[in-house]
Amino acid sequence: MENYWNKEIECMSREDMKKLQDERLVAQVKHVYENVPYYKKLMDEKGVTPDDIKSTADLHKLPFLTKADLRDAYPYGLLAMPLSECVRIQSTSGTTGKRVVAFYTQHDVDLWEDCCARAITAVGGTKDDVCQVAYGYGLFTGGPGLNGGSHKVGCLTLPMSSGNTERQIQFMRDLGSTILCCTPSYAAYIGETVKEMGLTPDDLKLKAGIFGAEPWTEEMRREIEKSLGIKAYDIYGLTETSGPGVAFECSAQKGMHINEDHFIAEIIDPDTGEVLPEGSKGELVFTSITKEAFPLLRYRTRDICVLSREKCSCGRTLIKMSKPMGRSDDMLIIRGVNVFPSQIETVLIEQGYAPNYQIEVDRVNNTDTLDINVEMSEEQFSDTIKGIQEKERELVEAIKTILGINPKVHLVSPKSIARSEGKAVRVIDKRKLHD
Amino acid sequence: MLIKQISIFVENKPGRLSAVTKLLSDNDIDIRALSVADTKDFGILRLIVNNPDKACEVLKKADCTVSLTNVIAIGINDKPGGLSAAMDCLYAANISVEYMYAFISKSEDQAYVILRVENNDKAVEALKENNFTILKAEEVYDM
Repeated sequence: MENYWNKEIECMSREDMKKLQDERLVAQVKHVYENVPYYKKLMDEKGVTPDDIKSTADLHKLPFLTKADLRDAYPYGLLAMPLSECVRIQSTSGTTGKRVVAFYTQHDVDLWEDCCARAITAVGGTKDDVCQVAYGYGLFTGGPGLNGGSHKVGCLTLPMSSGNTERQIQFMRDLGSTILCCTPSYAAYIGETVKEMGLTPDDLKLKAGIFGAEPWTEEMRREIEKSLGIKAYDIYGLTETSGPGVAFECSAQKGMHINEDHFIAEIIDPDTGEVLPEGSKGELVFTSITKEAFPLLRYRTRDICVLSREKCSCGRTLIKMSKPMGRSDDMLIIRGVNVFPSQIETVLIEQGYAPNYQIEVDRVNNTDTLDINVEMSEEQFSDTIKGIQEKERELVEAIKTILGINPKVHLVSPKSIARSEGKAVRVIDKRKLHD
Repeated sequence: MLIKQISIFVENKPGRLSAVTKLLSDNDIDIRALSVADTKDFGILRLIVNNPDKACEVLKKADCTVSLTNVIAIGINDKPGGLSAAMDCLYAANISVEYMYAFISKSEDQAYVILRVENNDKAVEALKENNFTILKAEEVYDM
């Protein structure tokens, strides 16, 4: 039987949800216009006033916010509440440039944790569960978000943070953890370590995992499920909109339900900014309609996905988003072709390799080069040069079929590619390009 | 009859060969013969040792990529034409050699050749018919 954290909201009729969104949006636009001079200026420049926004149908009239705006406005430029009302900050990893800080009032922390509680409940979590949170704690939202959600649900919470993998597994066994929360790449690494320690999934009580904060593939989901003996669920969020829990997967394991009572989702054409009809692939845009301190309107996530209102077997009526193919800033343009690391990962797993790889892009004599280092297993090792080169050729062919460009594939020893306890470093781009 | 050869995947990085040989030395593994096949990115180090199972175990423990392959060791006359006669015999029997390497023995007129072929049984049969000495595994390990 499906469990809901807040059945009234999660299964609300479309009509009621729209009404709730309309009311909240109108109030939020007014709140932002009055308290955030940075956004007021953007609205004024576009000739839009809060009076023009009467319902979600008017959403498209509002200006977009981008990551560049967040950097411009760093640190207080988008703050909508006095600092005395704020109780927390969280921050992005800063991997794509200057850090972004987000502010939370107690109300904001509560609603964020409530969203995470919905996610934990959706994977079957109850107060009888032992929830091991192996996301990083600190400025990163992963640890604090799931930690808060786990408390709300009433699980026994293990605030492990990431790292010290053998100790993670020790606690998992000694305390009988039933739910694991971490990045998918760390989950894969934990699975690998379990095997190495001579253990099997039967030695663990884990039943479910909530894995997010980086793009991952269906193939990787199957690998993790097998290595840990669990069901693996995706969770979505970004620091800019609060953190994990903006959207979460249910028992159907087919797309993530967006918490629409807090966030309105749109899909736009990333080039023109035009709103696309439901079912189109495009850039995901979020409007926070309940957050007080850091309420971003029409924030462009750079994530490429599809929205769907198809009826879900879990009974939730919340709109679903597909697994993002990757953030548009994860996307590499190699010899003019768009390449997502997740596409390469899919091929590797299909061909029987573990998802331990690193992509190196460089530019030699004005031509982009794509080198992929892939760890091979003992079984894949052959004692002849011919045998190894044949395996490399097979991978080159399979990747070329998907990407349309010719990579160089290098098989390397197991464990020679550094493991990650947080977000995996999949890409090294050595190109020095001038703007 | 067949000899267990250890094949080790060695990436072209400083210190890899030194790490592997140190490991063998620390575990009292005696090397009888070796060959290295190399490419731009990696090499395959092939070893005949006194205790292949133990060598394989310690290498695996140290996260090396290792495999055991059955190869043939034959004795040939250590004089001009010795190897040629053996190759002739294999050619006549239509057996291709994947790779091979040779080493001389402690006695003056004998040399040994390690052969990796597609079909070991067929090769052994052909070599025996032509009176080549096929070495027993223990003879090689305890050499």
